[in-house]
Amino acid sequence: MNKDGFEPKIVGFCCNWCSYRGADMAGTARMKSAPNVRIVRVMCSGRVDPIFVLKAFKEGADGVLILGCHPGDCHYAEGNYKAARRVPLLKKMLEQLGIEDERVRLDWVSASEGNRFTKIVNEITAKVKELGPLSRDEREPNG
Amino acid sequence: MAKLKLALYWAASCGGCDVAVLDINEKILDVAELADIVLWPIAMDFKYHHIEAMDDGGIDVCLFNGAVRNSEQEKIAKLLRAKSKVMVAFGSCACFGGIPALGNFTNRNEIFQRAYVEAPTNVNTNGTFPQTLTQVEEGELELPEFYDTVLTLADVVDVEYFVPGCPPPVDLILKVVDALATNSLPPPGAVIASEKTLCDECERKKEEKKITKIYRPHEIIPDPEKCLLEQGIICMGPATRGGCGQRCILANMPCRGCFGPPVGVYDQGAKMLSAIASIYATDGEEDIARMVEEVVDPAGTFYRFGMSASMLKRKRM
Repeated sequence: MNKDGFEPKIVGFCCNWCSYRGADMAGTARMKSAPNVRIVRVMCSGRVDPIFVLKAFKEGADGVLILGCHPGDCHYAEGNYKAARRVPLLKKMLEQLGIEDERVRLDWVSASEGNRFTKIVNEITAKVKELGPLSRDEREPNG
Repeated sequence: MAKLKLALYWAASCGGCDVAVLDINEKILDVAELADIVLWPIAMDFKYHHIEAMDDGGIDVCLFNGAVRNSEQEKIAKLLRAKSKVMVAFGSCACFGGIPALGNFTNRNEIFQRAYVEAPTNVNTNGTFPQTLTQVEEGELELPEFYDTVLTLADVVDVEYFVPGCPPPVDLILKVVDALATNSLPPPGAVIASEKTLCDECERKKEEKKITKIYRPHEIIPDPEKCLLEQGIICMGPATRGGCGQRCILANMPCRGCFGPPVGVYDQGAKMLSAIASIYATDGEEDIARMVEEVVDPAGTFYRFGMSASMLKRKRM
């Protein structure tokens, strides 16, 4: 695929209590952001099993965004801390699998931070655009 | 009852699975009583054309060990599939790719560079690499095509049963032999092992799972009574199917995951990664960074035997 004109597909996991509402906030306030992030609502960023991220990449995502409540604000007290431990280790493993660090981003967005939501979405979209599409051929990656 | 026709084949494997068949000791005589072996490259002299000459379905059971990483292995897997009523993926390599599937962190080109150029014992000034076809005076020579990606047996043919293990333990081999003898095979698709995880079967003392440092096996002499994970050693038990007889655990070594993912788990490595991240006690970003550093080779450790059957299957290149 040509890098120019490449529109990445990014799967965004947003927690029900803060980040999804932050996204909602951005929507109702009619803030503009890149249309590349497809949001999946989960109850908590701690619910995001690393398998979800691997599956997203397997099924065609070029990037994965995980958004949760700010540290200390988790509806379930410490789900976001679980995500904070998992994602860095997952990133290290993904790099060994040829998936660059910047294709995955974990960040925090509260229910009132529509601005922050759009900023993060625009940033990861620009970053993944720069990286280009993720190679998908499982059997003969070199053609 | 007419004797069963049995084929044993090895593809990308070390030969350990074939040796494991002999480890059933005198029971091998029961196998000889029960079955005529029609192909067993490691032990007996049969040729591929003997198999090609058989009717489809002419072999009752094929125990296929090894992963599939070249065109010859794929071709023979398809031939044996056509001739066999029951195809068994025998051992971790046939089931999940096994150790050869660590090759999925690289590709054909890099492997050839390493094997035929960089390896210190090589003198390859002409840059000679294996070719699938080579012209010589006497005619054309043919070599199988080496694949970029190591595949499981089930990636290339339909498989009825999976017998995991590196190699499969004797009691599971006997279970298969008994099931054949008494015609009581489980429904197709079954994994001949335990339905529980290794952790579930392990009898070590388990207390609170909170660790502050991860040790590699050579850095510590573990307490033989206590849970290895709780001692900070990466033991694949929580993310690995049981039924192995705990050979490693009883030798005071951590599980390396050769029985593959347990029931309902789609990706062994991701599950193990979750487990490690859950039990590591952290209080801030420095601790998290230390944990990440201490897991020296996450992909190679968590997918040691399972790369071909994992969600991503190989490195993106």
